[in-house]
Formats: sequence, C-alpha cells, structure tokens
Amino acid sequence: MSLTTKDVDKIAWLARLAIDQSHVTAYTRDLSGILDFVEQMNAVSTAHVTPMAHPTDQPQRLRPDIVTEFDQRQLFQACAPLVDAGLYLVPKVLE
Amino acid sequence: MEWETVIGLEIHAQLATRSKIFSGAPTAYGAEPNTQACAVDLGLPGVLPVLNGEAVRMAVKFGLAIGGTIAARSIFSRKNYFYPDLPKGYQISQYDLPVVSRGHLNILVDGEEKTIGITRAHLEEDAGKSLHEDFHGLTGIDLNRAGTPLLEIVSEPDLRSAQEAVAYMKKIHALVRYLRICDGNMQEGSFRCDANVSVRRMEQNEFGTRAEIKNLNSFRFVERAINFEVERQIALLEAGGRVVQETRLYDADKGETRSMRSKEEANDYRYFPDPDLLPLEIGPAFVDEVRGQLPELPDAKKERFKAQYGLGEYDAAVLTATRETADYYEAVVGAAGCDPKLCANWIMGDLSAALNRAGVEIDQTPVTAERLAGLLQRIADSTISGKIAKQVFEAMWEKGATADALIEQQGLKQITDGGEIATIIDQIIAANPEQVSQYRAGKERLFGFFVGQAMKATRGKANPQQLNALLKQKL
Repeated sequence: MSLTTKDVDKIAWLARLAIDQSHVTAYTRDLSGILDFVEQMNAVSTAHVTPMAHPTDQPQRLRPDIVTEFDQRQLFQACAPLVDAGLYLVPKVLE
Repeated sequence: MEWETVIGLEIHAQLATRSKIFSGAPTAYGAEPNTQACAVDLGLPGVLPVLNGEAVRMAVKFGLAIGGTIAARSIFSRKNYFYPDLPKGYQISQYDLPVVSRGHLNILVDGEEKTIGITRAHLEEDAGKSLHEDFHGLTGIDLNRAGTPLLEIVSEPDLRSAQEAVAYMKKIHALVRYLRICDGNMQEGSFRCDANVSVRRMEQNEFGTRAEIKNLNSFRFVERAINFEVERQIALLEAGGRVVQETRLYDADKGETRSMRSKEEANDYRYFPDPDLLPLEIGPAFVDEVRGQLPELPDAKKERFKAQYGLGEYDAAVLTATRETADYYEAVVGAAGCDPKLCANWIMGDLSAALNRAGVEIDQTPVTAERLAGLLQRIADSTISGKIAKQVFEAMWEKGATADALIEQQGLKQITDGGEIATIIDQIIAANPEQVSQYRAGKERLFGFFVGQAMKATRGKANPQQLNALLKQKL
C-alpha cells in the first residue's frame, strides 16, 4: 500500500501539524514503508482469532461514583498562557 | 411529486451520576467556570481515565428498558478531532462494540402505534463549552462539562415525519426520567439531539442523501428544524439539484437550517481502541441485578392505570407521561378515596392549567396531592359544587391553604338545606310573575333564568341537583 503526497497533506491537516512542503516526499515514502510493513501481517490467516482490544488480557475495573477531585483551578490555570473570568482563552474559533 | 421523509435521531442524554465518567470531578450544573475540571478532564500529560461503574449501570438500565442486547464485552474508542473544548484532541466514545444494541420502543401518533428501532446506545464523554462573545476576539473555554457521562441513543431511520420524531424523542425523554438516569433538563443541555434527515420519492427503495442537523435542544426546535429541512431538500430536488451530505445548524431565531461544515472539511475521526481503557465486561449477574432495580416503565404503568382506575387511553397516557405526574395522581386517588376519573379530570384540567400559567413542574406545585385530595373530597360529599371548587382551587394555589380552611373562611359551603333553597325559590317566583306565567304557558327555556336567579341569590352555593328538583316542583 502506498500513500500519495495528497494523503500526507490530509493526515497532517487532520492532526493540525504544519509540515514543511519540502519534506512531504520523504514523509510519503517513510509512511508508505510503515504501511507496507504492517501489510505483511495481512498475509496471516486470522479468521479464527478473536480480535484483541488491549495487550493486557483483563477486563476494565470500575470506579465507584464518588467525587474525589476538588477545585484546583488556580493551580491548573497558573500554566495557561491566557485566562479571564475563570475561562481559558484561545484564538477565536468558528463563526 | 410525492415525497417521503426519512429521519433518524441521535439523542444525547447526560447521565445523572455524581462524578464524571472517567474522573472523580463533580458533574453539578452551574458551577463557576473550570472549578469542576480536574487534571483528567483537562487532558494533562500522564493522566489515566478510570470508568465510573454507575454510568455503566445506567446504560444497562436503559438497554434493558428498550429490550436491547447488553454487550458482554464492549470497547472504548478514541474519536479524534481538534476543537478547543476537547483538550485531549479526542473524545472517548464507543464505536464498533457499544454497550447496548438492537432495542426498540413504541410511539403513538394520530392514534396509531408504531415500533421504532434503536440501533445502539453507547457511553461517551461530553466536551466542554466554548464562549465566543465578550473576549476581544478570543474564545473562552469552560471545561466543567468536559467528561460528563453521555449516553448516545441512535435510532434506526424508522421515523417518517417531524411529528413522529418528536413523539419518539418525548418517549425517550420520559423513559430516561422514569429510570432516573438523566434529569432531562433540555435548557441546561442534559438532553439534546441531532437529526439525520433525507427525502426520497415514494416509489424509491434506497434512501436519499441525508443532512445532519446538530444540537437541537427543544421538542419545538426538532419539529421546526426537520420541517424546514424537508422543505429545503424537496425544493432543491424538484429544481433539479442535489442534496449534499453535510452538517447543518438550526438557527432558532430565523427558523432555518444552514450549512455548518463544508464537504472538504468533513471530519475524519480515525477511531481506534483507546489503549488507556481495557474492554468493559458485563456479566449476567450484573445484568440481573440491574433488571431487578427497574421501576415500572411508562407503557406498563399506562396499562395498569387503565385497568386499575378505569381510565381511557388518553387520560392514562397523559397521567403517565412523567413519573412525577403518575406519582401525584396515585397520591391524590389514595388520599381522596373518591372517583379516580374525577381526580384525573382535576389534574389534567385545573392543576395542569395552573402549572402552565406559573411555568412550574408538578413536583413544585403549591397545591400538594393531599390538599387537592381534600378539595375533591368536598366535591364528592357535596359540601361544595364543582363550580365553587374551581374558585377554592384558585385560592388554594394563591394562599397555600387547605380546602376546608378556605371553604370555612369564605363561607362557600354549599346550601343543601331544602328549606333554605325553597325559601329562596319562593322569593324569586314572587319577584318575577311575568317570567313565571310565560314559563307555565310553555316557554320552557326560561327554566335557566330561574336557575340563574337562584344561583345569584346564593352566590353560587345552592346545591345544583336540589335546586333543579325544587324549582321543577314549585313551578
């Protein structure tokens, strides 16, 4: 399976990664190489194997519905670049 | 050209847990911004989600109530997209193995019952809120809502009109409130829906291209948005155009839907199993335990009301529409010990009108079930007439007093003393000789005139049956 440069641009856009256009050809080649490697596994017959969701073969443990976390807004917002009236401020989105 | 509308709904119900789905932060509505967003909700590096068992229990409860299949094993997946109110860059949701699948429920539209399939119901986390105003060109982010448990309930494309869609949504709304798994508060966003709408020619088998209308948070908006969208699509197709698959937003002020994301920006969510969460396993013992906790469900309650209280379909449906109304009704019947139909009429009539006027829900009514029962007892034992009772009810609502106290205080007790009524009738006959002779000459509709005069003289307190009988006799 091989990717096109267009695929690489799209993946970068979805991941919100700004990539240098001069590197796109290299990314295309490297990512295609990774997919080719994965592709080899498709040769193995897995019809009788239950798909594994997690390498640890254990069920999820459940937590009781109890409030254990209390307000630490001041601490958390200390590392935010911009806050106002308790809100995190970010560049305008939408509209 | 004849067109058929095809609708599927995705309903998001916030689960009424105390803490969030993957963290121990509180879920209470209306707190100061970001005071209920902990390190997990903020997506800080190194944190791990731990699943809230109560959210699972609530999802199973819902699954059993719609006759669905509870997955013995289900998986949490990451739905990847970038938006500032989703700090991790992905929403933890369920994709190919949801906790509930293949349920159904019945709706009643224009007297006809119809079964609507429910494809799936899955657990996921809510996102935060973006505030676009007042921040000088910046967007404010409040992450209190981030991580609130949601149950997303996806219907089959079985709905054929806006009316059916609203009936279905109301039915789900009533159900989640009966189950006490969601407070159903639509203004606060606890219960909201997206509608997938398409149209096709009557003779066509395959579905038309659909548009998804996002974030409808009232029954009225669902109806209006769907009707607008159906008209828009039909007009487009009849003019030779094509419907584009897209997400549209309903603008309540303008009463229209408009395109939200263009095609090239269409989301590619790249779902994959969340490596931070193990598979959720639900054993038969847990399912049985939850089944044992199910309350009487709306349809079963409605049938019982018909059988036990002799109510008609309509009355039973109205009185069981919410668990609170049904409980109120049964409390009134129990305390009044009188005709269940009389109790039903008063709750669906005067009480519900007063609640609407005041804009309050039945669980906040100033006229408690015991007090309404007290009033109905006075009608049943002929202390007051039905007409006076309406007056007493208004006063009970305003003053918060008991019926007996008000009847006593305002001297509203019905006159049932035959002698007293007879005296009044004699006075009226003496005062209106002309009407009396006309009546006796055959002008029978003048009977109403005498009733009116007697009621006026007694300020409406004469017992109507006794008054009628005595008037007939004396005239």
